[in-house]
Amino acid sequence: MTPLRVSIVAAIAALALLVVIFELIRSRRLQERYALLWLLTGLVIFVLAAWRGLLGWLADLVGIAYPPSALFVLASFFVLVVLLHYSTVISKLSEQNTILAQRLAILEHALRSKEDEEESGASRSRS
Amino acid sequence: MAELVQTVVEPVESQLALRRRIAIVPALNEQETIGRVIDEIRAFDPGFEILVVDDGSTDRTAAVAEARGAHVLALPFNLVIGGAVQTGYQYARDNGFELAVQIDGDGQHNPPEVARLVGPILDGRADMVVGTRFVEGGGYRGTRVRRVGIHLFAALVSLMVRQRVTDTTSGFRAVNRLGIRLFAADYPHDYPEVEATVLLSRHGLKMVEVPVVMRIREEGNSSITTLRSVYYMVKVLLALFVGLFRRYPKILEEE
Repeated sequence: MTPLRVSIVAAIAALALLVVIFELIRSRRLQERYALLWLLTGLVIFVLAAWRGLLGWLADLVGIAYPPSALFVLASFFVLVVLLHYSTVISKLSEQNTILAQRLAILEHALRSKEDEEESGASRSRS
Repeated sequence: MAELVQTVVEPVESQLALRRRIAIVPALNEQETIGRVIDEIRAFDPGFEILVVDDGSTDRTAAVAEARGAHVLALPFNLVIGGAVQTGYQYARDNGFELAVQIDGDGQHNPPEVARLVGPILDGRADMVVGTRFVEGGGYRGTRVRRVGIHLFAALVSLMVRQRVTDTTSGFRAVNRLGIRLFAADYPHDYPEVEATVLLSRHGLKMVEVPVVMRIREEGNSSITTLRSVYYMVKVLLALFVGLFRRYPKILEEE
């Protein structure tokens, strides 16, 4: 069985995580679509910390003798998934960033050549 | 005496002619339908400036729209629907439009029904008018997950805005200048219509629904679509919940 103190500390930590996530979404520093995985992480850890029987059963199922280790393994797993998810998000962002820079450079060039054209047109009409 | 009480009711068309008006048409790979949508809007009222916001299409949507004489904003990559629509509202705001109608580029909305949408805006009863499929006179069939989602959101949003809302996911809507300014400054991301309705009410603007008939769109009914619907549902529920605790900056009081 999980020591009671471990359960209490883990539950409080998970709750704190959930509160922080909520506040980040509320103040618009975190978009809902990037918050879902974090919320899931917080919820799973909270449920397993509070429901000691379930954690014990789960640890037993995968052959972990000390239930708090199972909690630790699961938390690490979720963090890994979140990290991987962010890697894909960063990849997409950097690709879009490249496209934006390319389009901007082409747009600036088009604008400059248009201005040059107008200028030379104007000076020709003056002379 | 009786003949003195005669009220002059101008037809929608002649009242409409007094406003600078724009049709915002978000489109993603709609080369087959976009031309017809543009033609139908123009046939209803040639005074509408038609703005197609091409949300990163890989087909000829932008080319077809340009060939029909529409203004086209081609986004360099897919911003998902909310970002595309907001681009349209920003264009409308920056160019001084007084009335904007949002019509999907996939042809599911009937442009002649714009007449119903703009009515409550023209007589000052609403800042936003939404075409609904569910009040009397409308008709809708769709996949089960979508229907469940639509009714769930209708119940929730009705509670939040203290007004009966039947169709929160309809993208067939019209807004006045206040609505344009609000949505240009703040518009939700994916599945934006639900949140936009609540946002509007939070800023003290008025919304009314009018019945419309939508053409049934061919929809994939694969498990991927179902999974995605569930994901969106959870996401929007989260956004609505957190939104309850949010204080909104007063966007509309400047100026």
